[in-house]
Amino acid sequence: MPRSESAVGRETRIVLENCGHIDPARLDQAVAAGAYGAIQKILKAETTPSDVIDAVKSSGLRGRGGAGFPTGTKWSFTASGETKYIVCNADEGEPGTFKDRLILEGDPHRVLEGMMIAGYAVGASKGYVYIRGEYEQSIARIRKAIDDARRAGYLGDRVLGSAFSFDIEIKKGAGAYVCGDETALLESMEGKRGYPRIKPPYPGSVGFWDKPTVVNNVETLANVPPIILRGADAFRSVGTAKSPGTKVYLLIGLVRKPGAVEAPMGTSLRSLLEDFAGGVRGGKPFKGALVGGAAGAFVGPSALDMTMDFDGPKEHGAVLGSGAILVLDEDASVVELLHEVLRFFQHESCGQCVPCRVGSRVLVTLSQRIVSGCGTPDDLDRLVEVAKTMQVGSLCPLGQSPILPVNTAIETFREEFDTRLASACRTAS
Amino acid sequence: MNKLLEKHPRSKESLLDILHELQDADPRRYVSDDALRAVAEYVNVPLSEVVSTATFYSMYSRSPRGRHIVRICESPPCHLAGATNLLAVLMKQLGVKAGGTTADGAFTLETTSCLGLCAEAPAMMIDERTYGSLTPERLATVIADVRRNDAAK
Repeated sequence: MPRSESAVGRETRIVLENCGHIDPARLDQAVAAGAYGAIQKILKAETTPSDVIDAVKSSGLRGRGGAGFPTGTKWSFTASGETKYIVCNADEGEPGTFKDRLILEGDPHRVLEGMMIAGYAVGASKGYVYIRGEYEQSIARIRKAIDDARRAGYLGDRVLGSAFSFDIEIKKGAGAYVCGDETALLESMEGKRGYPRIKPPYPGSVGFWDKPTVVNNVETLANVPPIILRGADAFRSVGTAKSPGTKVYLLIGLVRKPGAVEAPMGTSLRSLLEDFAGGVRGGKPFKGALVGGAAGAFVGPSALDMTMDFDGPKEHGAVLGSGAILVLDEDASVVELLHEVLRFFQHESCGQCVPCRVGSRVLVTLSQRIVSGCGTPDDLDRLVEVAKTMQVGSLCPLGQSPILPVNTAIETFREEFDTRLASACRTAS
Repeated sequence: MNKLLEKHPRSKESLLDILHELQDADPRRYVSDDALRAVAEYVNVPLSEVVSTATFYSMYSRSPRGRHIVRICESPPCHLAGATNLLAVLMKQLGVKAGGTTADGAFTLETTSCLGLCAEAPAMMIDERTYGSLTPERLATVIADVRRNDAAK
């Protein structure tokens, strides 16, 4: 059984509704809880693929991997062709993020069913779950779920006696954050280095082995079966007009009750912090948070009322990202945390684009100097300048990301940087 | 090695899976030159391409490692929870630096990106097992347990 990672508030559970309530290793329990009910409904009623796409379109479901692209639209952009693929992006590497792991481990059949529905909608008969190599438990659970589903006739030739065939394989990653980018992920699936491709063409036209491929995040796919079962309107009844549904938020860092909570899109940062995470640990004042993962933004107390959906954070120069919220108390150092974030990007830069390969290294050198009190105000300017160069000169979101944490850290917590610049220079041992 | 290879389709697509399995099967838990050559021949791609893939991913090691791989998370959430200190504790306890293997060949100490155990930060993995809510005391217990289990085998 998955660990209990619930917090104190009242959650609105859709994608996590079965997590913790069913034994994820038992197909019968999943089926009793509704698994494969949506695909059965489609097959029984002989719903046309375009009607399935329309249902997802009118639900307003947007990609939960961070970009927020409308899922139904993505599906409708899939080019025609004999062979197409569905890929579930389970390469969850964004620091502070473990929502996909909870879904994969707590309700694996829901993910498989989401992939089947996507396959039915776009005309694919083969799906892959690309799971990061570190997620041993997730891989084991999905593997068992695939075996069980095949044996029961939910996967394979002529699903449940219908004309629809669909099978799923696992692809195991090997430790590369950049493979979370859908085109790098496809390269990795083909046995190559995870170098992001130039876009366009998008995977919908040229994907896995150059075939039209739909790549969707785990949480996105997990939202699909309930949309089919309960309808687009039911889905829209939760969340905001532009960001319908729920979001699995990760409330971590210096909070009283760290964990994952599923709440309506548009829940405020304040509510997540106070109602669900129990506030800052030890009752200390809230200094700020890093929202959206390492590729996210540093915000201060003035952002507490921002709504955590795809649009709300934009007004505060932030992003929803993966839904990770790393909370800082007054003793936490933004200067040091930014350095850790930049170290992360340096480690994960794939090296294909020169501005990212070199720039990520320069950012670490500069931030190290600032952390040790040896920096100058010029170094802050250079941080921003280098991060900007990376933003315009890199192919994928990795190289384009550091500008956001750099800019927001310096803008929101300038005083802390100034204090560190004024402190005595101590070279690291 | 051949038996292991034959479970996979002879396609470049199998590369990551094969490399994982060969590394796991090697008593020294690394991808050897011999393994790379065998894979290249099996999937029928130039050796250079196999090396290119194998050296890109952080989970493949090109040098021999200890019986157990300790991977301590150094992502920002774990850092905030004191992971840097734990790495220092581990280095002292095992007598190696990050990337090093203990003299008795029992442990290799590595750092890793986020393990998705952020609600229980700081966290680490030893082989396939995960450990959260780590403290220096708990680290000592966990390492001692692994040693004891090994001795019992």
